[in-house]
Formats: sequence, C-alpha cells, structure tokens
Amino acid sequence: MNDQAQILPGTLDLLILRTVSLGPLHGYGILLRIGQISGNALFIEQGALYPGLFRLVRQGLLKASWGTSENNRRAKFYELTAAGRKRLREETASWNRLATAIACALAEQPEEV
Amino acid sequence: MKLFDSLRFRFATLFERSQMNSEMDEELRSHIQHRADDLQRSGLDRAEAERRARIEFGGREKFKQEIREAAGGNFIGTTAQDVRFSLRALRKSPGFAIAAVLTLALAIGANAVVFAVLNALILRPLNVPDQDSLYTIERGSEKQQVTSYPDYLDLRDRNRSFDGLTAYILTQVVLDTGGNPSEIWGYEVTGNYFDAMKIQPYLGRFFHVSDEHGPSSAPYLVISYAYWHTHFQDDRTVVGRVVDVNKHPFTILGVTPPEFNGTLLFFYPDFFLPMVNQEGPALLNDRGHRNIFMVLGHVKAGVTPAQAIADLNSVGAYLEKTYPKEDADMTYSLARPALIGDMLGPAVKGFMTGMMLLAGLILLAACANLGSLFAARAADRSRELALRLALGSSRKRILRGVFTEAVLISLVGGALGLLGSVALLRQLSAWQPIPEYPMHVPVYPDAKVYLVALFLALASGFLFGAVPVRQILRTSPYEVVKAGSTGIIAGSAGGRITLRDILLVVQIAICAVLVTSSLVALRGLARSMHSNFGFEPENRMLVDTTLSMAGYSGDRVPAMQRRMIEALQTIPGVKSVGFTSQIPLGGGASTEDVFTEQTTDLRTSNAAADVHVFKVSPEYLHAAGTTLLAGRGLSWQDDGNSPRVAIVNAQFARRIFGSVNNALSKHYKTEDGTRVQVVGIAEDGKYYQLTESPRPAMFLPFLQSSTGMTTLVVRSERDPEQLAGAIRNKLRGMDASLPMFIQTWTHGLDLALFPSRVATVALGVLGLMGAMLSLTGIFGMAAYSVSKRLRELGIRMALGARRKEVLQAALGRPLKLLALGSTAGLLLGILASRVLAFIVYEATPRDPLVLGGVVLAMLLLGLLATWVPAQRALSVNPLILLREE
Repeated sequence: MNDQAQILPGTLDLLILRTVSLGPLHGYGILLRIGQISGNALFIEQGALYPGLFRLVRQGLLKASWGTSENNRRAKFYELTAAGRKRLREETASWNRLATAIACALAEQPEEV
Repeated sequence: MKLFDSLRFRFATLFERSQMNSEMDEELRSHIQHRADDLQRSGLDRAEAERRARIEFGGREKFKQEIREAAGGNFIGTTAQDVRFSLRALRKSPGFAIAAVLTLALAIGANAVVFAVLNALILRPLNVPDQDSLYTIERGSEKQQVTSYPDYLDLRDRNRSFDGLTAYILTQVVLDTGGNPSEIWGYEVTGNYFDAMKIQPYLGRFFHVSDEHGPSSAPYLVISYAYWHTHFQDDRTVVGRVVDVNKHPFTILGVTPPEFNGTLLFFYPDFFLPMVNQEGPALLNDRGHRNIFMVLGHVKAGVTPAQAIADLNSVGAYLEKTYPKEDADMTYSLARPALIGDMLGPAVKGFMTGMMLLAGLILLAACANLGSLFAARAADRSRELALRLALGSSRKRILRGVFTEAVLISLVGGALGLLGSVALLRQLSAWQPIPEYPMHVPVYPDAKVYLVALFLALASGFLFGAVPVRQILRTSPYEVVKAGSTGIIAGSAGGRITLRDILLVVQIAICAVLVTSSLVALRGLARSMHSNFGFEPENRMLVDTTLSMAGYSGDRVPAMQRRMIEALQTIPGVKSVGFTSQIPLGGGASTEDVFTEQTTDLRTSNAAADVHVFKVSPEYLHAAGTTLLAGRGLSWQDDGNSPRVAIVNAQFARRIFGSVNNALSKHYKTEDGTRVQVVGIAEDGKYYQLTESPRPAMFLPFLQSSTGMTTLVVRSERDPEQLAGAIRNKLRGMDASLPMFIQTWTHGLDLALFPSRVATVALGVLGLMGAMLSLTGIFGMAAYSVSKRLRELGIRMALGARRKEVLQAALGRPLKLLALGSTAGLLLGILASRVLAFIVYEATPRDPLVLGGVVLAMLLLGLLATWVPAQRALSVNPLILLREE
C-alpha cells in the first residue's frame, strides 16, 4: 500500500478521460482500469472518483447511461463525448510537455548548469 | 441532444433533487456491490465482502456532498441554496422582514396603481382600428373642437388627406321602449361615422351616408353592446324593433361590438343616431352655430400630419374668404381624440407624469429606507460575516447572499403591493365618479402593468441590496473578531458622514416634497370650495328638464316653463324659483359673439367679445344668489312685445363699455344685428371652469329668446331629500312623461370640482405614504443609534450627564438630518407645486399656512419617530448596563 503514489491534484480528470477513451466503463471499472494501466502505482480513494465523474459530465466531456455490467448488475456507464476526446488530446499533450520539462530539469547534472 | 441533456441535468439538480439523490445512491451501491463481488471471488463470504467494500469506499455522505457540489455547482443550484439560506436568515428576524416587505409593498403598490392609470389614460389606445392615424381636428388659436355642421361638410368634402371625416355630438335623449322612458347618453353622429371608424356591427347593421336624405330622414338607432346586454338582456330580436326617442319613432338597426366604447376614453355612449334627425333648422344650416362636439378621421396612408394640416388650412382659407360673416381664425391643428384633444390631453398627461414622478420618489424613498435597514443589518451581522469570511467563505458568496435576501424581499413585497393595487384598480374601474354622466375610468391592469411592477421590484431590490456592499467588502474578519460587538460602530458615533446619513436625508427630502405638494393641493381645493363662483350653491336644488326631449316645441315651451316655476313656488319652504338654459360650471357652455352698437359689418372677426349666454327667467338671479351690482332685474314684462334687454356681468361691462358705471342703459348688438339694452349689471362668476379668468356673460330674458333647455334652480332651506320628493310630485302632476334629474347644486358642482378633487386625493395619499416612510426611516435610524450607543450613554449618565445632554448625544444627529432633509424637501416641493397650479384651482405654495403646515408636519414626524428611542435612551440604567458588559 505504501508504495502507491497520491495522485497530483488535477490529474484525476485526465486519468478518467484516458481510461474511458478505450471504451465505455462504469465507475468501479474505471477505478480497476486506472490501477491496471498504472501498474497499481496510483492510489485513488474509491469514493473520490465520483465527484470527478459528475464534474466531467456537467462539463460535457463525458456522457453517462445506465446499463448492465459483466457481473450482471445495473451500473452507470461513462463514455467520452467529442468534446471529451478533444480535451483528452490537449491535456495529454500539455502533460507530456510538462513531464518532459520536469524530467529534463531533474536529469541535469549540477556541473552542467 | 447535448444541450438537452445538460439542461435536463441542470434542472434535475434543482427540481428532481430526490431523484438525483436516489440515482446517486444506486450508482454508489452498484460500485460497492462490484467491489464486494471481487472480494467474494478472492474468498470472503458475502457479508464480510460487503462490509469490507463499504469500508474501502470511504465516507459515503461526504462524497455525496462533494458530488452534489460538483454536479450542482451551477447557477440555479446555488441560487436555490441562497434562497433557502436567506429564508432561514429572514425567519430569524421577522420584524425586519415584515417591515421591509410592507414598506416595499406600499411603494410598489403605489407605483403600480399610478402606472396602471397612466397606462389606461395615455398609453392604451382607443379600441378603434388603425388608431395611430386617427386624429381630431382643432380650430384656431384657442384649439377649439366645436364646429358647425356646414363647416364640417366643407371640411369633409374639400380635404384630400383623410379617409373619411366624421363628426359627433354628445347628447342625452329619452328612450322609451314601451312605457319606461329613461334618459340615456349617446352620440349624434354623421352618417359615415361607423365607416370612417372602420367598425363592424356585432349584430344587425349600421347606418351609412346613403341612408341620409336631408333633415329627419334617418330615424335609425344603433345601441352599444353594454346597453343591449343590460337593457335588452342580449335579445337578438331587438334588431328592427321600433322605439321612441324623445317621443319620435326610431328603428333599432344594430348593436356595436363589445370592445367599442365610442371615441372618447371615459365617456361610454349607450347609443348612436344620425344627427340629421335634429329638430329645427339651426344645426344643419346655420354656419355660425358651432355645436358639433368633435370632428375626427383617419389620415390617409402616406400623408403626414403636417401635410394634412396644410390641406385643412387651405380649406379654412377658402371658408374665411367665402363666409366672412361667420368664419374667422380658420387655421387647424391635429390632436388625439381620446382625451378630447388639447382640452384634457395635456393636463391629464402633465398630471399623470407628475404623479408617476412622485410615485417614483416614493419608491426611491422606500429604497433609501430599506437601504439603511440593510446597512444596519449588515453592521449587526458583521460578527457573523467575519466568522464566515474567516472560515473560508468568499466575499462574492456573501454578497450573493445579501442580494438574494434583497431580491427575495422585493419580490414578496412587489407581489403583495401588486395584489393590493389590482384590488384598488378593480374598484376604480367599477367607479362612476359622476352618476349623471356615463363616465368610466377603465383602469384594469394589463400585462404591461404586471411587467412594470416586476421590473420595479427587481430594480429596487438590487438598489437597496447594493447599499451594504462597500461595508461587506471592507469587513476585515480579524478586526471584527478582535474588537467584539462594540468596536465597529465607533465610527458611526463620530463626526463622519456615513452612507446611511445621506440616505436618510434623501428620504426625508423626498417625503417633504410629497407633504408640501399634498398640502398645496389641499389648500387649493379648500379655497376653491369657498371662492366666489358668482352664485351660491348651498341650499339650492337643481332640476334638469329638457323640454324638447319631452316633445314640447314652439309656444308650448315658454308656457310650460312658466307653469313649472309657478308650480314649484307653491311648495312650502321654497324662497324663490328660477331657471336658466345653462347652469354655470355644469359642464357645458354656450357662447355668442356680441358687437358694439357702432359696428355695421357683423363678421366674427369684428366681434367685440365672445360672451357666455344664459337664457333665464326673471327670478333666476335671485334664486341662484347672483348679486345685482346696478340697474334692475328682469321681469315678466320683458317679453316679445317689449324692447330687447339684458343683464350683463361686470366683465362684460368693462370689456364693451369701459366700466361698470358706464354700461347701464347702453346698447350693444347681437350676431343677427338686434340692438339690446343693458338694464342691469351682475357680479362676475365662474362659468365653464374653476380655473378660468373672468369671462364676459349676459343674462337674457327667456320670453325674448326662447330655449328648450331648462335647469330650474329652487332656493330653499328644506331638507334636500324631502324637497326633491315634493318637486318630483309637483312636476309629475303636470306631465307624467317629463324626464327630470334632481340634485343639490353642491352635487352639481361635482364635475367642475372633479379634477381638483382627484388631484387632491391622489396627492394626499402619496403625501401620507411619504410621511409614513420617513417616519419609519427616522425611527429606524434613531432607534438603531440609541441601541448601539446604550453603553456610551450609560457611561455618560454615570459620569453625571443631564437628561438634555443624553438626549442630545443620542438623538442630535437624526434630528439634524431631519432638519436638513426637510429644508431641502420644502424648497423642492415649492418648485414642484408650480406644476400643480395648472390642475388645482388656486394652488400656490407661497402661502404661510402651507409653509407652516409643512414645517409643523415634519417636526411632528420627527418628534413621533424619535419619541420611543428617546424614552429608551433616558431609561438607561448605567449600573445594570455596565454590569452586563
């Protein structure tokens, strides 16, 4: 448990968008998928996912519909809207720029400064 | 679809909160079930798996709140929250809420009523198609409506700018549909009236120009929907029925549509009949006999009013040249017919605009009042606000709360005010101010009134809600919490001028304006009631009978008039009886040109004066109480066989003969060249309007110039009810079918006094409201300042201050503001009262009684408002107070 990283503020939305971009998922499924693709390296409190989901729906980036899950239970499935897809592309690009910049900065050797 | 979804979502957050809650619950439950499924698969039993899943999920209520915020963070959601919060806050201070709501209800109500009347009288058009192009024609520099029939025909046939020019006369007839003669009011119209007004019949048909073939050729009657509904019970077989109009058979042709009430705004005719049926040749042939009430028509499409006027003026020039004897000053102008053109229009417009302004001032005063209430409330709540700020609430959010509170109060107050005003307006609309005439004040509120009220409520809400904004923005949580409840008002005790002070001064000034104008109006009315009319209305009965309507003509008319006088004189208690063709200040007037004796060319432009004509019986002047200044009265010997004589009033004598003394036994000439000798001089009087300047008048013996119009004046000190009964019996005994209307002369003056009475009542009500508002305003300020400084006052008393000093400390400031505001308001009010002088007779602010009254009223208000706070300040017990702290 202790080797899991708390996610940075603001990155949860990006993670949700990315996860849902692969296909419609319900809340629990999103959580599992985030664990999967991050190699269980990121910790998200289960309930904390939902305010994010509702916010993304309100912003028109996700749309939700009720359906039946693989466990044969009723569940609310989320999928990307066109606006969501666009936002994902932009956020990914900007995150990559930031990550590269920070990685570069941290990789520099002192004498080269 | 996306828009719809998002809308649905937003509304769901507001209106379907419970549904959203259950959906959210279901989603979270589904999550926990899925997790439990996984845990169960890893070997736990179901119950343990579900328990673990719930624990892992975390605080469900906390997340639900977060979800709600994430989803409901929209405008509607927050507003709903603000509203709930405001309601809770207001419920905690019901006194404040009730005072605020009532203040606003009064102010909005007053505005709604005034606007509804303005709307009905000025903004709302007549119910006539294409009314934008409908104009009435006014003649000459005096903007007269009246025209003669021959002149009207020339105007109608020679102009090229109007789509049919029509004309009408207001008239009263006796209608008998079978043994029930009753007097009703209506229009005598030209044959093209309905065609020119583009009105279609509701039932039957209308008459047209083609129905007229000279005098008395068209005995047709069209009745109004209202009359048909009330007197014929919607009987559709009424068309074609023959009824008696002034004892002549007329055929009912049709019924006008319900929404058409003639072409005057507040005079609803019961019937329309062609004016070619007038008896006697005077109306139809005499060019100098101007008794057509109004000429009106639609200006043709594509013709501007200026072009139409130019066109009419060219017809006028032709008339002047062709008929120099009768026609002079034939230039024309156009006006709106609804308020009889320039006769009432400008006065009504001016008055209503003034009223709207005053009502606006009331609202402003109310806003100032509420603004200071809100500021005081914000100051009282500064600790709460500071705490909220310290706990992380944003200033924006707090301001939103304040505005929500203000708008909430303004909406509730506005709704209440509107409710009250609608009730009042319904009463007003049903009111018939003068029962003698079919007058209506149709002021039903419409959508425009509701919209204006809503707008005013919202606007004032934002206005007074904005007052405490600066205060809240400046609030520093640290300072407030440190200083405790006493620190923050230290500033207001000092000499600094605060926003609240300014608001109070403004409010008091507005109130003083209102009080001044209402006192000016009241004084004017009181004076006009006791001014010299040139007759004595007290202890007089008026008996209105029009003999021509009862079928009398020729020699039977004066004979009957004489018999009536003799009969009424035999009633016990009657001192004298006389009659006149026209009652002064009775709403009508008939004038004639007179010429000096030397004039030979008797054309209108050579006339010496335009003179009021009263054809009277010998006893009339005595019966009416008109003083004879010189010469003799009229007698029964002044008949057709003796030389023509007249009594003239002092103004006539001055105008024609230079002075009163000069006039006696001199001669003048009438329109037809007859020489008339002046045998007596009577005092001046008011003949048409209370506000008129002295006008020349002559009293002619009825045996020398006969008239069918007969208003008997019965002078007696008997009880009016009994006297009226006795008069009725006597006259009925002579002619059972004689129509008559009996009233006291004081009642008869209702019409003349109507405008100033309405103005006075309206101004009085507004003045009273202004006084109430400033009372609460000063009271609020004084009470607040005392309550905030109780501790300081206690210390002063403990240190030996005397009562006077305590009072000065507590109330000096509100009283100083009162004096300042009153002075400003009084000066403004005097300026505003100049406008009043046009409507209210003898209204002048330069009247010591008015000035004194205003000062006294404001002083009383101040005393009343500060009485309770002063008592409270004096009853301070320093010991108790200091111990409490």
